[in-house]
Amino acid sequence: MLQDKDRIFTNIYGIHDKSLKGAMSRGHWDGTKALVEKGRDWIINEMKASGLRGRGGAGFPTGLKWSFMPKEVGERPHYLVVNADESEPGTCKDRDIMRHDPHTLIEGCLLASFAMNAHVAYIYIRGEYIRERYALQAAIDECYDAGLLGKNNKCGWDMDVYVHHGAGAYICGEETALLESLEGKKGQPRLKPPFPANVGLYGCPTTVNNVESIAVAPTILRRGGGWFASFGKENNTGTKLFCVSGHVNQPATFEEEMSVPFKELIDRHCGGIRGGWDNLLCVIPGGSSVPLVPAEQIIDCPMDFDSLRALQSGLGTAAVIVMDKSTDIVKAIARLAYFYKHESCGQCTPCREGTGWMWRVMERMVAGNAQKREIDMLLDVTKQIEGHTICALGDAAAWPIQGLIRHFRPEIERRIDEFSRNAHQAQPVMVAAE
Amino acid sequence: MTKVKVDGNEIEVPDHYTILQACEEAGAEIPRFCYHERLSIAGNCRMCLVEVKGGPPKPTASCAMGVKDLRPGPEGQAPEIFTNTPMVKKAREGVMEFLLINHPLDCPICDQGGECDLQDQAMAYGVDSSRFQENKRAVEDKYIGPLVKTIMTRCIHCTRCVRFTTEVAGISELGLLGRGEDAEITTYLEKAMTSELQGNVIDLCPVGALTSKPYAFQARPWELSKTESIDVMDAVGSAIRVDTRGREVMRIMPRINEAVNEEWISDKTRFVWDGLRTQRLDRPFLRDASGKLKPASWSEAFAAVKLALNGKSGDQIAAVAGDMAGVEEMYAMKELLASLGSANFDCRQDGAALDPALGRSSYIFNPTIEGIEEADAVLIIGSNPRFEASVLNARIRKAYRAGGMRIGVIGDMGDLRYDYEMLGAGPETLKELVDGSNKFANVLKRAKKPMIIIGQGALARGDGAAVLANAAKLADATGVVKGEWNGFAVLHSAAARVGGLDLGFVPSGDGMNAATSVKEADVLFLLGADEMDLRNRKAGATTIYIGTHGDIGAHHADIILPAATYTEKSATYVNTEGRVQMTNRAGFAPGEAKEDWAILRALSDVLGQRLPFDSLAQLRAKLYETHPHFAAIDAIEAGDPAVIAQLAKKGGRLGKSAFASSVKDFYLTNPIARASAVMAECSSLALKGYAEAAE
Repeated sequence: MLQDKDRIFTNIYGIHDKSLKGAMSRGHWDGTKALVEKGRDWIINEMKASGLRGRGGAGFPTGLKWSFMPKEVGERPHYLVVNADESEPGTCKDRDIMRHDPHTLIEGCLLASFAMNAHVAYIYIRGEYIRERYALQAAIDECYDAGLLGKNNKCGWDMDVYVHHGAGAYICGEETALLESLEGKKGQPRLKPPFPANVGLYGCPTTVNNVESIAVAPTILRRGGGWFASFGKENNTGTKLFCVSGHVNQPATFEEEMSVPFKELIDRHCGGIRGGWDNLLCVIPGGSSVPLVPAEQIIDCPMDFDSLRALQSGLGTAAVIVMDKSTDIVKAIARLAYFYKHESCGQCTPCREGTGWMWRVMERMVAGNAQKREIDMLLDVTKQIEGHTICALGDAAAWPIQGLIRHFRPEIERRIDEFSRNAHQAQPVMVAAE
Repeated sequence: MTKVKVDGNEIEVPDHYTILQACEEAGAEIPRFCYHERLSIAGNCRMCLVEVKGGPPKPTASCAMGVKDLRPGPEGQAPEIFTNTPMVKKAREGVMEFLLINHPLDCPICDQGGECDLQDQAMAYGVDSSRFQENKRAVEDKYIGPLVKTIMTRCIHCTRCVRFTTEVAGISELGLLGRGEDAEITTYLEKAMTSELQGNVIDLCPVGALTSKPYAFQARPWELSKTESIDVMDAVGSAIRVDTRGREVMRIMPRINEAVNEEWISDKTRFVWDGLRTQRLDRPFLRDASGKLKPASWSEAFAAVKLALNGKSGDQIAAVAGDMAGVEEMYAMKELLASLGSANFDCRQDGAALDPALGRSSYIFNPTIEGIEEADAVLIIGSNPRFEASVLNARIRKAYRAGGMRIGVIGDMGDLRYDYEMLGAGPETLKELVDGSNKFANVLKRAKKPMIIIGQGALARGDGAAVLANAAKLADATGVVKGEWNGFAVLHSAAARVGGLDLGFVPSGDGMNAATSVKEADVLFLLGADEMDLRNRKAGATTIYIGTHGDIGAHHADIILPAATYTEKSATYVNTEGRVQMTNRAGFAPGEAKEDWAILRALSDVLGQRLPFDSLAQLRAKLYETHPHFAAIDAIEAGDPAVIAQLAKKGGRLGKSAFASSVKDFYLTNPIARASAVMAECSSLALKGYAEAAE
């Protein structure tokens, strides 16, 4: 159980003063200059020691990512880009950071930029986040007024932070598509390599980090990497914002230690499952793009990257979607398939053509209007998409369906049987050609 | 060099190679749709997936991954690539299935059928049946102009056409709109494309989404005879392939010639073929007493020529060669005139101040077209290469895009598809450059390989000789000619011109030039000359037109001898670089029309001045005796760079009027194009503004 004294986000619910003054009273912006003076090697080493893994979903070690930036600034400037395009269904953690605790992020931008020799940070904020942008911009303005940002600021590192408002495309949360969008182009992922650390924004070395990864950095540096690493299990250290939605009694976003078992997490913060633990059907533990995990497997599972990976799922963004037995699970996954079909950028073939195909088959399976052999065909189609695309959206579209077939094949088959049994009663349904 | 292992064979390839190139080097075939050697890498079709050992457990797009990005083995072994493993096979089948699920099954009515990448690769890498039960996607067809027909349901979103228009043609006219499975290729507002190179998207399109509109439903590729030839629409001499069925030209396609056109051709080159069928002169004509042209037999026509020449001395006879005349017929014409005692022949219809007596480098594109890519500063004087030589202009753009090239232009040339500095309008700017008061002179001076391109618009005017001399003076002063590099480039717009100048088809001594001949010659031979104003032709004089189309020359002729076009004869042309190239006969001339040299040979017999050759081979043997460089096909005989310095010494008064391009209407520069309905439609679109499609 995470104690209050160890919380990084002390105003995640916005009940305290959100202003710079309030943030400072809670310990933010404390001794930033001193941290800068310790030098960038110290910062990167502390980040590595903390074991922080990227909070955007992939879980790549943040300190390592920072160390990939060229050591010296060459002809091209360095950039920090903060990925605030939080569009993954189920995820709502960055949103609360930005509207209630924005100073954690801004201070993080300064320290991360210093560690990477960047003087400019762009925060690419999701198109739908209007109030969040206002809150964040207001906080940035406060910092400029207080001399914490800008040229010759009090922190000893010239720093400019710009907020860029996206237009609401899910794909722009992919780091290279985000860079394209930031450059004013159509948000389509780039080919890698070259990686952004070499050729990123405007062709310059760039690091793209999630909001939470940046926002926790100042506290980690103030309290030491060892402090952060003392939470959770090895390789899955630290505290984490979980956002639990769905069929729990009290859906919430909260900060908790990593590796807390799922049951404990729900009982303590969300008042348990609606209708009791026997009513739990399955859980999507990391935002819509990871495969679901059925109740019996998840209940005692520690909520961290490696444990969930062992269940062939993932922690992702720690957006836990809980579904009880009232859920039409096939329809739920079909809705996710529609989401990915809608958000596919259309650049590369497997995702462009495959997401629409998968969605249409899923829709038929919701009604049971399919053949049983099509279940294997659908699985095969997901395998043809997975790993064959430019970006990870192809994988993200494939995994939920793979999870469904892995764990709920009997349910799909039951529907097909049901449909066939009643087929003689079914009235022909006229479907317009598309 | 990097060592890689492809399917077990170790090979060494340059560091900049992609995996795809390395595999090709090793002899492994990689299927692809979006990848194209001359366009940027998109990596979006995913057809070229291969397996890389030691990488992530998923296939890699070989077109986008460089060999230097591959990780070597644990003990420094060469990275291993596999193109024939089950993983690769599965990946290709998967991608092919995705491409086909929404692709219509309309191959039997698709113009791409028989030369379709999707068809071929589906045969090679696809599976035999479909698992797709849903409705196929349908996409609305777009109007993108009179040349390119769209059937957008067939599109596989490879974006080659988008990249071509943006990168090579230099105008972002096509784009991918929408996203996901609703993404569509379009010109945004359904406007006609304006590029002069747009026809190339037809070749680039790997499926039947973009096809040739004039050629629609005309023929199947396997029923066409293919003849490799040379284009004569401009002085670039693009390599083309003429596809014929029977004796009709059905279409014209580009061939690859890295030194000249890479693999692009202009729309005029590609779509002019319908002009080869219409307005043709298919029998001799004689003008009767009432002033009407009446069909005649060859013997009647020759007799009329003989009658006209009767009693005329050599200085009353003249000949002008047109813009598409081959070297052979000009040679025959020159010999015939010489035998009649005339020195009044000219190949410069426009009166350009170019004189072969000054030496070859005073009238050819010395740096060569390939050399443009090496140049780092270019001054364009009185030329609009976009219209005068579209493919060459694409080469300038290529060098511009590669970076580092500064371009200055004298004359108002509008959009050239790249950024340039507009230095001034006319000769006074040239003068400023010569005396160094214009800053661009320093740009040329500082450049390692500077270039000066002089167009016919600057030379075909009263002060043309002075402009040429001043350009040479500037070249001399700024180091445009130094060491191995000769950056003095005359850009011609007529295919016949350099050949004519090489041949010395210009008046010698006090012979009459083209303009004077029109006004004063009693008997004037026009060898396909259609670009002159013949309204002030001397009254009562005889005009003999040897040519192919009922155009200006034929309208003013008294005797018409029908000849063959460039697709109907084997003829030598010398392009603006001085490169000797030869066309091949793809079909026969219509009706009683004959090849030009044969007409002149037969006529010489009637006139009692039989020319000393009985076949084209004998003619060429004679020609090569006096002009050996014509025998070296596809070679350039370099000009002597010292000529430029001598040219610089010539003076002359510069005029005041601004330079203008010699090409007023790109689509209608010659009689074949003027006979083409397609070119007429393009021209009216270009002049009246590109209208939007009616809904």
